[in-house]
Amino acid sequence: MGDLLNAFAVAGKSALGFQAVFFALLAIGLNVHFGYTGLLNFGQIAFAMLGGFGIAISVTQWGWNFWVGVLVGLAASVVLALLLGLPTLRLRADYLAIATIAAAEGLRLLFRSVSASPVTGGTRGLAAFNGDFIALAPWDTSRRYSVLGTRWSGGELWVALVGWVLVALMCLLVWLLMRSPWGRVLKAIREDEDAVRALGKNVYLYKMQSLVLGGMIGALGGMVYVVATGAANPDQFQNANTFLAYTALILGGAARVLGPVVGAIILLFVVQFADTALRALIENGIIPGELLSSTDVAQIRFVLVGLGLMLLLVFRPQGIFGDRREVMLDAR
Amino acid sequence: MRHPSATAGRPEPLRSAIRPGPGTVVRGVLLRLVLVLVAATGLAVLVPGATANAVGETIVGTLQTGRSGPIEGIEVTVTTAAGDEVDTVETDEDGKFAIEVPGAGQYTVTIDADSLPEGVVITGEDSRTVTVDPGRRQPVQFGLNDGTQGAGSGNVEAIQLFVDGLRFGLLIAICAVGLSLIFGTTGLTNFAHGELVTIGALFAWWVNTGLGVPIIPAGIIAMIGGAAFGALNELGLWRPLRRRGTGLVAALVVSIGLSLLLRYLIQIVYGGFSNPYSGLGTSRAVDYGLFRLTNQSLVSIVISVVVLVLVALMLQRTKIGKAMRAVSDNRDLAASSGINVNRVILVVWMMGGGLAALGGVLLGLSDQVRWDMGFQLLLLMFAGVTLGGLGTAYGALVGSIIVGVFVQMSTLVIPNDIKYVGGLLLLIVILVIRPQGILGSRARIG
Amino acid sequence: MPADNLPPGAHAASLDKNTGTGTRPGGGVPQRLAQAALRDVPWEIGVAKPDPAIVVENVTRTFGGLTAVSVDHLEVQRGGITGLIGPNGAGKTTLFNLLTGFDQPNTGTWSYNGKPLGKLAPHQVARLGVVRTFQLTKALSRLTVLQNMLLGAQGQRGESFLRALVPGTWRAQEKANTEKAMDLLRRFKLDAKKDEFAGTLSGGQRKLLEMARALMSDPQVVMLDEPMAGVNPALTQSLLGHVKDLREEGMTVIFVEHDMDVVRDISDWVVVMAAGRVIAEGPPESISQNQAVVDAYLGAHHDAPLTVEEEDQVLAQAGAAIAQEEHGGGEVLGTDSTTGRTER
Repeated sequence: MGDLLNAFAVAGKSALGFQAVFFALLAIGLNVHFGYTGLLNFGQIAFAMLGGFGIAISVTQWGWNFWVGVLVGLAASVVLALLLGLPTLRLRADYLAIATIAAAEGLRLLFRSVSASPVTGGTRGLAAFNGDFIALAPWDTSRRYSVLGTRWSGGELWVALVGWVLVALMCLLVWLLMRSPWGRVLKAIREDEDAVRALGKNVYLYKMQSLVLGGMIGALGGMVYVVATGAANPDQFQNANTFLAYTALILGGAARVLGPVVGAIILLFVVQFADTALRALIENGIIPGELLSSTDVAQIRFVLVGLGLMLLLVFRPQGIFGDRREVMLDAR
Repeated sequence: MRHPSATAGRPEPLRSAIRPGPGTVVRGVLLRLVLVLVAATGLAVLVPGATANAVGETIVGTLQTGRSGPIEGIEVTVTTAAGDEVDTVETDEDGKFAIEVPGAGQYTVTIDADSLPEGVVITGEDSRTVTVDPGRRQPVQFGLNDGTQGAGSGNVEAIQLFVDGLRFGLLIAICAVGLSLIFGTTGLTNFAHGELVTIGALFAWWVNTGLGVPIIPAGIIAMIGGAAFGALNELGLWRPLRRRGTGLVAALVVSIGLSLLLRYLIQIVYGGFSNPYSGLGTSRAVDYGLFRLTNQSLVSIVISVVVLVLVALMLQRTKIGKAMRAVSDNRDLAASSGINVNRVILVVWMMGGGLAALGGVLLGLSDQVRWDMGFQLLLLMFAGVTLGGLGTAYGALVGSIIVGVFVQMSTLVIPNDIKYVGGLLLLIVILVIRPQGILGSRARIG
Repeated sequence: MPADNLPPGAHAASLDKNTGTGTRPGGGVPQRLAQAALRDVPWEIGVAKPDPAIVVENVTRTFGGLTAVSVDHLEVQRGGITGLIGPNGAGKTTLFNLLTGFDQPNTGTWSYNGKPLGKLAPHQVARLGVVRTFQLTKALSRLTVLQNMLLGAQGQRGESFLRALVPGTWRAQEKANTEKAMDLLRRFKLDAKKDEFAGTLSGGQRKLLEMARALMSDPQVVMLDEPMAGVNPALTQSLLGHVKDLREEGMTVIFVEHDMDVVRDISDWVVVMAAGRVIAEGPPESISQNQAVVDAYLGAHHDAPLTVEEEDQVLAQAGAAIAQEEHGGGEVLGTDSTTGRTER
């Protein structure tokens, strides 16, 4: 029973902590891409990685200010969006999907390679770059605090708070944009590009703007993540996380301003709860380690996510709160 | 463990259970699979716990190459999944190292590539992630190349790499033909195709090392298994989805979900190991003058060429092959001219599954069997298929060979561990210059 | 060169005034003018018109060796309704796609008011005042009817990323556009549906919506790809009325149609295509007497409009048919579809 409560607490903490912020930001970016514009970005994690390493490299390797690092990260994500978008956005949707998934895997391999390690730290990654940011916390970051039965360090709490403010700002931005004529063009592109072209809109330009915007929001997610963990390691940015974010997005409802946020919170709670509960069951010997060891549990989340993604798309493409009438992903 | 949210503060030692010795992974597979599925769907079952037995876990390995012999004094570092360093040791005069780890779990083993002797380079990454089972001495292998392959002038090295690239490209082609045909006939960009490759390789490994079947019959059995799995894909998932009228974009995301599901299920069931096939005989390269080739590589090339020629003959000459091309060309027209489209698609899936399994076995011969081998290859398959022209079988063939050769030969100028990056870069360059691919028609990219 | 008199990039509305003066005395009813102007034009292929809005020169488009379109010379009279007819696979839609920038030709040039359009992207063509509709209606399903309409408006300030964030910069314009959209919706009797998703409309209503949406941009040339296909007979008359209204408002209308009766009813001039070529042109009454048309067109199943896919399919067959014909072969369009008016 204690284990169960503990699992609730752990799951609740990650559903409110920086992990949820991370996935919420990734998913908000994907919402701009996929939910509103219909772009298939399967490499959102690459934007996050560039965001995170933008800070890490700027601060530790080049000795720049933390906030300059933030700008570097954002600029890097813009460059990536342009590089990916320029060749593919004129083509059918699959091409962007293939290029982005390839870029995500390729960039990670590049960042962890021996030749890149003088800059990126290779497989060991970089650390000690978030001091300036943590120091801004209005409370004592070396103490631990108790919130709703969960224990947080002061630093964690500060990152989570700033992270959620960032999430709120991004939601506001998306809300403002999507009720404007600009957002109307994006949604129209999602429905039928050719119709929008025939109405005199430069579809390519809008898609590019959407790709850049969503990518920058993803980069912010990566920044929150590395600042929270205090380390940037290429292997943290496995592309499977992109699909966790997709699951969060579809769960909460694509093309809704708060959909990705709600989805990220629910998804992280479920995944973390399953994770912790399974570990507890294994440690107590209820599930014999011979069958499932605690090292396997980390993979369970991706199995769950894969299964969830399939089931959602087949049975509830509109998300758990969505309106069947406005079903996402109609036949195309 | 490399996944972000999993890094938050654990690998807790697991001492309550002991996994029986090596090889039992194979036996436990089915049982574990069932349990994993049960657990994944949130239903925990009560099974009596195993007896506790604490034994020290160790990671061991040897660094040596044919020419240099054992390599002494190389720093080897083991870190936990969370990135905490466990220990750093140097290899002894036999090139061996052994590091005790605090418990079962996943660890990353990194060797200091810079301190390797002159002429010796690592093939692949300088770190390996291994899963240590309780009480087990977990061997870890690093591929080292002492330059005996392609030693001599740069010209000879280029030829050597070209031949290697040809082997690799043919292997990609074997896997990619199915991917391309599936795209052509159904419009589906199947992101789960890499898992067909992995499953084929794993199935062959299980038949080979678990049941003791020699590798060639094991490979054939794996191809049959792969074809059956392809058919299962089509009958159990894609055909019902088509009947539901699921859109192509939705189907694409479903294939991503399937890929994740299978890939991590494989990792749970199989683990993070790299395993070779058994009974391969010598792995010494034979000198052919301009280049050297192991017998396995030679066999791999021969098998690839024979199979691809057979596939081409089938597409060109047989009734079902012509039907496949007709459906690829224009599905409605094919249907209206009396072709049973569903049957053709089923055959395409079986063929794709079988070929992917074969590709997996060939990849396992050269690179060992790993849980994510297919996913790594998938991106190169995409590069090949895009280069050749999405949806054309011959395009996939030509494109894949070019990608394979390009990836291998790119190591002339870029470090070995980022050679795949070169392949992926090539993909993006192709998209800029000629998105319809070498053999594709412009109408297809619309 | 008419283009020499024109300020570059000027909006089509002003172009019309500049170049139209020669043939259009102010205050007249445009229909009669177009008809009158075309009365003395000989019924010849590629004949020069008194006041051409669009001029096509040597345009060819081939798909994998099959010629889909091969037009030597074609002029379209300003302010008139030009019907483009021909059997399935004659290349009408392909020609539309070329003229509006949705497809690139192998050779050839064409111009609008003397301004070459050959290198322009679809949205640039549309901004010049040449808008089109599609054979398969492209109603934007998950946008409401009103949102569909608003999308048609040109020069919207709020469609720029930065200004979108400051509603004050685009509110007033949005309000004016909404009023205009509601006027058009009333005219097309869709005003009651303004808040419904366009995807819930019937096929005929979608055709109406698409036409109304095109009118939001105040076009000078309207190109309608089979406006009557898939529309029930009750709506057909209303649609025809709307097309005539466009002419009354001084627009140049080009429309693709399979149905000869419709063409005869409203066209000022008819261009007949078969197998990618223009085989005849002239006023509607001239067409049914033309032997080439009777052979190539009326012999075929002219009452069976096809979907785009089917048309593409037939296109290939038509290409083969040309080859056959050139070798003295027999049958044209052997496997024409027998489906009726399909609603999609």
